[in-house]
Amino acid sequence: MKKQTKNQLSTITDGYRKRQHRYVFTALTLLFLTFALACIMMIYGNTIYSPKTVLKVLSGEDVEGAVFTIRTLRLPRMLTAILCGLAFGMAGNTFQQLLGNPLASPDIIGVTSGASVAAVFGILVLKLNGGTVSLMAVFSGLLVSVLIYFLSQGGGFSNARLILTGIGMQAFLSAVISWMLLKASEYDVANALRWLSGSLNGVKLENVPRLALVVFGAGGAILLLNRQLSMLQLGEAHAVTLGVNVRRIRLTLILLALLLVAFATSVTGPVASVAFLSGPIATRLSGNGKNGMLTSALTGSTLVLASDLIGQFALPSRYPVGVVTGILGAPYLLFLLLQMNDKGEHV
Amino acid sequence: MKKHRFLLTGIISLSCLAFCVLASVACGAKSVGFQTVIRSLFHLGESSFDANVVQARIPRTVFGILAGAALSISGSLMQAITRNPIADPSILGVNTGASLFVVFGIAFLHINRGIQYIGLAFAGAALTAVLVYGLASIGHGGATPIKLALAGAAASTALQSLVNTIMLPSTQVMDQFRFWQTGSISGADWADIRLLLPCFLIGFALSIFLAPSLNALALGDDAATGLGLNVPLIRAFSALAGVLLCASTTALAGPIGFVGLMIPHLMRLLLGPDMRKILPLSAVGGACLLLFADVLGRILGRPGELESGIVTALIGAPVFIFIIRKAKVNSL
Repeated sequence: MKKQTKNQLSTITDGYRKRQHRYVFTALTLLFLTFALACIMMIYGNTIYSPKTVLKVLSGEDVEGAVFTIRTLRLPRMLTAILCGLAFGMAGNTFQQLLGNPLASPDIIGVTSGASVAAVFGILVLKLNGGTVSLMAVFSGLLVSVLIYFLSQGGGFSNARLILTGIGMQAFLSAVISWMLLKASEYDVANALRWLSGSLNGVKLENVPRLALVVFGAGGAILLLNRQLSMLQLGEAHAVTLGVNVRRIRLTLILLALLLVAFATSVTGPVASVAFLSGPIATRLSGNGKNGMLTSALTGSTLVLASDLIGQFALPSRYPVGVVTGILGAPYLLFLLLQMNDKGEHV
Repeated sequence: MKKHRFLLTGIISLSCLAFCVLASVACGAKSVGFQTVIRSLFHLGESSFDANVVQARIPRTVFGILAGAALSISGSLMQAITRNPIADPSILGVNTGASLFVVFGIAFLHINRGIQYIGLAFAGAALTAVLVYGLASIGHGGATPIKLALAGAAASTALQSLVNTIMLPSTQVMDQFRFWQTGSISGADWADIRLLLPCFLIGFALSIFLAPSLNALALGDDAATGLGLNVPLIRAFSALAGVLLCASTTALAGPIGFVGLMIPHLMRLLLGPDMRKILPLSAVGGACLLLFADVLGRILGRPGELESGIVTALIGAPVFIFIIRKAKVNSL
């Protein structure tokens, strides 16, 4: 900053343009990757269908033997994977950017367990299934998060306290979940265990439109608020000066992100680490300077698709997607912690 | 005045403990009147049905006392050496580390003896403790509460997914582990107590021996060094004692959280910061709390019972949130 030359301005614009290009390039690559993985998911499986057959079935023709596999098994799985990936990625990134801490993702601070607890309760105790369980999960996720928000609100907002309260809440809720699991009969447990690791098994096509509506609605709103979020990241004081209604924007963003997480969780269960991984990976790919909402969303769906494929076909026995993402997440998590602490970043 | 307070707290907590012991022997699926309890405790030869019920509950109660005391001392040691109000085996992910090793043992080494559980749980807990503390203490400001809590939560998430990986393909492991994963003292017998007792005694003796040095450590590393202490050595030994205590308990009873968080805080509130007073009374308080949780679980979970690990989490998590609310955020 010492050299004040005439060229400074143009260097800045050049840099800006360069970053912009890199961002667009990354977004397009991720989009392509998602598309490719989605195609693989439709084609590959116990029986491999040619792309032509898949297209035929999708356009409504009856191909013997393939209709059930493709329309009932693979299509909902693929769509749900993409949508949930988008939701987890975007929500995770929103939390991380808003709270200024790459570890402050919904799965670590207890939001997902809020949704899980209601789902497990619905399945095991009330013997519900399908839509009602999802609805309960969404509401309970929202409720728990609002509770966490207000509990952490003594004398001004504090990120540290929010995160710690979330961790405490998560401990509480996991205790409740394990209690219900222990009391349940063997038969129901398998169904409910999905809510502890996250899985795409048994997703139904009829759940997809609702999920899509929420993902595109809430996701779109978050993208619209992206500008304000960037200002908020400059610090509360700066944001106020720039004309941002800090309280309202923060609350809106948190609520939107929660809606995304809760809805996605209600369909697949908490797919571990996706919310937490997407943001940092996207930032690494597309460079700093933008908060990378779109790229994180795309990274999220790439991750879910890839992990589900790995979980289904690459391992000795079939694992639900949440286990694979959990394992992918583990080393990265440790690396991130190391790096973050090394740089001396504060919460 | 200070002396009085120590005595008073001591007397109160001991009488609480006595009450909890009685309740633990008396309450449950089959309730036994207090008179019968006392009669059968003192005339051990008696063999009515009630007396047999009481006899059957004795090992569990003894185990509960030991386990509660061990967890609570372990918590106060961890809080002292990390100088951190929220250090607790469950928050630091140490329990998950122990779980991972035990699951690994069940699945691949086919372990089924108590001593093997202890060995593996100890190794897992120790490694996780070192890992989490190491991760949190890198960089600016050392291991602050928030960094420690996040490192712990993160490590637990990571380890939990590994646990799932081992567990999911095998129903046998899942079945054995499902009941181990939520801590409970209900299955304890005299063999378990014989295993836990030496670990407990070593850990307890070590921690009492270290208590004066821990008091000095509370002044800060520099001051403690100035007072002639070998700071790293004291840290290492206290950590060893803490991990030994919580790992042996976890190995036999499964992960029981929050006992080590609540009791030391309560005692510090009542007694001030002197570790020589906090440690013994924490032991008594921890025993009280665990027995209380166990009894409560038996009452709430009728006709079966609610595992004590679940009850302690249900009581403890709100306390944890309360501690966070109370603590000055700047110091966090």
